[in-house]
Amino acid sequence: MATFTKLTSRYVVLDRNDVDTDQIIPARFLKVTTKEGLERHLFADWRWDEAGLPREGFPLDAEEARGAAILVAGDNFGCGSSREHAPWALLSFGFRAIVARSFADIFCANALKNGLVPVVVDAEMHAAILASRASEPRASLTVDLAAEEVTLEGATAQRFSVDPFARHCLLSGLDELGYLLSHEKEIAAHEAARRT
Amino acid sequence: MNAAKAAKTESEDLHPSSKTMLDRVFSEHLVAQGPGAPPMLYVDLHLLHEVTSPQAFAGLRARGLRVRRPDRTVATMDHSIPTNRASFPTSTAGPVTLANLTLDDAARAQLRQLEDNCREFGVELHALGGEHQGIVHVIGPELGLTQPGMTIVCGDSHTSTHGAFGALAFGIGTSEVENVLATQCLLATKPRAMEIRVDGFLGRGVTAKDLVLAIIAEIGVGGGTGHVLEFTGDAVRSLDMEARMTVCNMSIEAGARAGMIAPDDVTFQYLARRERAPKGAAWDEALHRWRALPSDPEARFDRRVQIDASRIEPMITYGTHPGMGIGVTGVVPDASMLSSAEQAAHARALEYMGLRPGERLLGKKIDVVFIGSCTNSRIADLRAAARVLDGRRVAAGVRTLIVPGSMAVKRQAEAEGLDRIFEDAGAEWRNPGCSMCIAMNGDQLRPGEWSVSTSNRNFEGRQGKGGRTFLASPLTAAAAAVTGCITDVRGLL
Ligand code: SF4
Repeated sequence: MATFTKLTSRYVVLDRNDVDTDQIIPARFLKVTTKEGLERHLFADWRWDEAGLPREGFPLDAEEARGAAILVAGDNFGCGSSREHAPWALLSFGFRAIVARSFADIFCANALKNGLVPVVVDAEMHAAILASRASEPRASLTVDLAAEEVTLEGATAQRFSVDPFARHCLLSGLDELGYLLSHEKEIAAHEAARRT
Repeated sequence: MNAAKAAKTESEDLHPSSKTMLDRVFSEHLVAQGPGAPPMLYVDLHLLHEVTSPQAFAGLRARGLRVRRPDRTVATMDHSIPTNRASFPTSTAGPVTLANLTLDDAARAQLRQLEDNCREFGVELHALGGEHQGIVHVIGPELGLTQPGMTIVCGDSHTSTHGAFGALAFGIGTSEVENVLATQCLLATKPRAMEIRVDGFLGRGVTAKDLVLAIIAEIGVGGGTGHVLEFTGDAVRSLDMEARMTVCNMSIEAGARAGMIAPDDVTFQYLARRERAPKGAAWDEALHRWRALPSDPEARFDRRVQIDASRIEPMITYGTHPGMGIGVTGVVPDASMLSSAEQAAHARALEYMGLRPGERLLGKKIDVVFIGSCTNSRIADLRAAARVLDGRRVAAGVRTLIVPGSMAVKRQAEAEGLDRIFEDAGAEWRNPGCSMCIAMNGDQLRPGEWSVSTSNRNFEGRQGKGGRTFLASPLTAAAAAVTGCITDVRGLL
């Protein structure tokens, strides 16, 4: 089970709204039976040109992105298809947190289950993060899941919140399936009561 | 203040008649509610396909777990399979198998994995060549597996389709697929309820697809986030089941967790003749339960939206998300009408689509027409397309794919002679599958091509890298096939 407590890292800015999971990983790369090796296809159509070379100006392969574990995006990140390949691809690329103004529901749930932390910030902090990147390419963010605080280097912290149970699982390493399995008695009782 | 609040809560308890359909279905499936944990919800029906299940079965195997209720689990092949008839063996070559199909290695490995997983874990599989194979959201309802009041999940966001029956149906990720396989349960925070009331009636040539595109254009692609949409009102009541499925199918495109429509006689009539629906005394008992499901008249919704059906014209999208929709006679909006946050996205979308603000879409040349997908591949959709194509020819240079949602839809269409209408018109009549909706199987747009598609997503590259999608109804798509450009179908009816 993935764990997460606190992370300080440089960040990559993808200043777009409604980034859908078809962009995060296009469908033609979903013909797989494992979770591994998807990082090559992360944002494939934005990132690689016809010849398979990195596109000029796409932030993922910029010098300052190297080693960054936080991705910053706009509104409604992860909308569209429910494919969990999207968080798998982000994770195998090296991201551990996504900072955005909002997230799509299913993406948010999928991300948390894999130890990728979705952090919602308000418009003001979002603007500050972008401005800071513009003036200081090596600026960093700290995501503290225990305190539910996100801090831009040299600025005050802002609160964020994630689903409390998912947070508990990530902080303590508790496994969700294990939790469900421990309720066998209740499941059986439910089935018996409804003759299902 | 406190007293007033307490009194209100009490009166709610005393009058349990202020519940939404969502309240009822949710509470009926509550298995446990541990301290500090979200509600644990029982799943009545779990649908599987080849793309989002392999890693879940691998997880079960790694832990030595079994599928808890194989009898509540049904799998099909739909996403990565070929639909062009040339990829299938000739009818004299015996039954279709993964060995005699033309298929790339990755797809073959993924489909074989599904076969192996279903065999090993005892799960019912509708494999290629089987009489019930088809798109997962088409076969569930058509077999009668989808029933009112159920909880239904699938590793696929368009699971919302099944909400047309008054089921609570939503898409899940692969981790949750594993959880449900192992325990028949998942953790689910209760969504909020939003009522979308559609008054009046849809005009001639205006379909359920146009209605749902208009709703998404109205509330936005994030407008339903955290909510289950319940569609009510005369316009919704007057839709048949297939049209209701089209509406619920695209709830997810408004960001909603699910869409629901209260079951009524239309629902019960649809179900009464289905293979897997309850029979005899069980049917009577089920009917009794189903009739009690609809939201109470005084039910409290967290949000309400009202739409006038009579004002909706055939819709088409101009951009790269389903909320960028306009009436077909309209013009591409100017960014100045949008909030500043939306302006950049709007400009990007228009650049990708090769369109200008203020441009008319009518008369815009297109290259491909795709009629299919879990949104619009049922028999009524094909009949609508046939109505336009009958006695006409597809315009020169327009590739037109018509892909039925399931083997059953295909058989029905062929029994009605629709396949001949399509082929006589110059369209390709395919085998069932997701096809160009997701473009995993080689059915795809070439870079720069424009298509009018009846599917549900117009994201960049969704139908093939560099491809540009206009979403519309089967009527509008068929009209575009005939004229070779974006057309107001009302002139052809
Ligand atoms: S038809 Fe399209 S949207 Fe529907 S299940 Fe298949 S890929 Fe998904």
